[in-house]
Amino acid sequence: MTDAEELRSRTRELLAAHPPATTDRLDFLRARFDAGLAWVHYPQGLGGLGAPRALQAVVDAELEAADAPDNDPRRIGIGLGMAAPTVLRYGTEEQKRRYLRPLWTGEEVWCQLFSEPGAGSDLAALGTRAVREGEDWVVNGQKVWTSSAHLARWAILIARTDPDVPKHQGITYFICDMTDPGVEVRPLRQITGEAEFNEVFLTGVRIPDSRRLGEVGDGWRVAQTTLNNERVAIGGMRLPREGGMIGPVAKTWRERPELRTHDLHQRLLKLWVEAEVSRLTAERLRQQLVAGQPGPEGAGMKLAFARLNQEISGLEVELRGEEGLLYDDWTMRRPELVDFTGRDAGYRYLRSKGNSIEGGTSEILLNIVAERVLGLPAEPRTDKDVAWKDLAR
Amino acid sequence: MSTQPDLLYSEEEEALRAAVRDLLTDHCAPADVIVRTESDAPHDLALWKSLAEGMGLAGLLVPEAQGGQGATHREVAVVLEELGRAVAPVPYLTSAVVATEALLACADEELLTRLASGRTIGVLAVGLHTAPGAALKPVRLEDGALHGELTGIADAAAADVLLVPADDGGLYAVAAGAVTITEQVSLDLTRPLATVTLDGATGRRIGDAEPAVRRALRAAVGLLASEQLGVAEWVLTETVRYLKERKQFNRPVGGFQALKHRLAQLWLEVVNLRAAARDAADALASGEDADVRVAVAQAYAAPVAVHAAEEALQLHAGIGMTWEHPIHLHLKRAKADSIAFGTAGAHREALAGLVDLQAP
Repeated sequence: MTDAEELRSRTRELLAAHPPATTDRLDFLRARFDAGLAWVHYPQGLGGLGAPRALQAVVDAELEAADAPDNDPRRIGIGLGMAAPTVLRYGTEEQKRRYLRPLWTGEEVWCQLFSEPGAGSDLAALGTRAVREGEDWVVNGQKVWTSSAHLARWAILIARTDPDVPKHQGITYFICDMTDPGVEVRPLRQITGEAEFNEVFLTGVRIPDSRRLGEVGDGWRVAQTTLNNERVAIGGMRLPREGGMIGPVAKTWRERPELRTHDLHQRLLKLWVEAEVSRLTAERLRQQLVAGQPGPEGAGMKLAFARLNQEISGLEVELRGEEGLLYDDWTMRRPELVDFTGRDAGYRYLRSKGNSIEGGTSEILLNIVAERVLGLPAEPRTDKDVAWKDLAR
Repeated sequence: MSTQPDLLYSEEEEALRAAVRDLLTDHCAPADVIVRTESDAPHDLALWKSLAEGMGLAGLLVPEAQGGQGATHREVAVVLEELGRAVAPVPYLTSAVVATEALLACADEELLTRLASGRTIGVLAVGLHTAPGAALKPVRLEDGALHGELTGIADAAAADVLLVPADDGGLYAVAAGAVTITEQVSLDLTRPLATVTLDGATGRRIGDAEPAVRRALRAAVGLLASEQLGVAEWVLTETVRYLKERKQFNRPVGGFQALKHRLAQLWLEVVNLRAAARDAADALASGEDADVRVAVAQAYAAPVAVHAAEEALQLHAGIGMTWEHPIHLHLKRAKADSIAFGTAGAHREALAGLVDLQAP
């Protein structure tokens, strides 16, 4: 068992052998991975030491104090949060060794080819086909809402390999090379003016069977690992008071007394309290995880943040009055990462509309809470025993 | 903030919860509480004796040197969660928290020891609706005797001693036998209010009223959130249970999405309330940033507890409107609690000053 003291001394050894001030950023990150200090809860040889997850904080604190470079986790969030845990759980030894190191160092960016125009909340209805030809699978179909597809080297992909069985059974999980012929990425411009994500067209893309993750037809189960990790990601963040979307509004209120009205004051105070309580709930969830007693609270956190972000940013546009009629810049841009609190109030208002849609709509999450946490009866399922090819479309 | 609050429950706190819940399961059934509300004795003094003398819970906040347990607000919060679940008709919040905190501010060892034992019930003679920052309504001190009428005094009917603020700025301990206590008809049947009339009653000056009352009410505001958490949690649990059983249109009612979403939303509010209530208890125990953290908890707690009880009633439909089903006890407690020690609006106003979000 690796304890905090051992991790601290291993981190100091890394820093001594590769002083951040004189070491190339990528060389440092590679050395950190090889020392097992990338994600300490991963196995030895794969960037970790099989240590408790909570002890990562010990390593991070040492490295931060030494001003060591990090792997820019926000830019490679999909790889870290979704692809990596899935590769770790379902990948072959060869796959783990090939993909995890450049994923963690940020040398290779990942994206997620899950959603389709006809398969959003009903993701298992997806229609992208993968047909076996010798040692390869030939993939045809269209994906949508793909963040980072224009930057990505790899994608996690789910595709239908058997249309003759019910929809959850005929899906297989692959790793797709985004540089292969037949992969076409088109920017999809959003209400903010930015093209933060993409449509991806797959035409005759050949994926070798060695890039399959999990068994043929078992892709839905593999995808659950990806999706569960997507929703867990939020719990790890630790914010100070006024650390989220409420911060800029409170600042505007303090600095601009001429904008204040009694109605806005009442609404601001109410939202301030709700934001603070949400922050405490996230902190409590984090403490539960550290104490090894994970609670179901995480299922609700995304719901709460989505609603609050939308209400708070909407309030700020109103608070700004005449200025609220303006927008900073409608230029079509392709940001590398999404900064929810960056830019101006109008951007925050429009972008936060996506918070109740991306990563599972609020309506679907309410169903999940009702069924999995409260144990209420599941929605009636008329498609359970019907072959995918026979479903109405 | 320099240190992170501890928002979890310790093993000892969970053991305390289990012990209190066991006792309440055996001795505070909802049907018995309903019957008691219509009797001549609205308070369950036998239950109080078990909690206070049997388990030593009346003295949780009192140092061991004065016969108490030397525990903190964190443990008291756990007790209040359980008392809230059961809407137990005992003067715990009023005697073991509010009056006790006032005595701690006055450092009155003799009375503290008596309250800690649970054999004496103390009540602060300040209207239940009073917020920590509100002006007090004192009685007149004339020739060493107290005169005046105080209304809305919670649990006065069960009190042995009243702590009365007088117009000389002092806080006086007055024996219940020396005053006239007239019960009022209260919205919350399980925490009855009374009018206290002092007609030349003599009392013992135990300290300054203002700091003692402020301290007592601040603790009340913070810990009331835990009682409200208990109320909200019980009504949610009961409603989920009922909606899994109750069938209409040949399906359990809880399977309809419109109702599932309302229950999920309620669950989320209760989860948030738990974090807020724990934070307030932790703030009172540590004293760190307590004014803000207590006000945040109470500004959030009151609307959630009322919403939970109102949703529970609606989702129980007809049976929820009946006297025999205990939901009305919880609704009445939740609604009364939303006024007790200041409304959510009053706490938000206090926050505006504390966190520099000034009114126009």
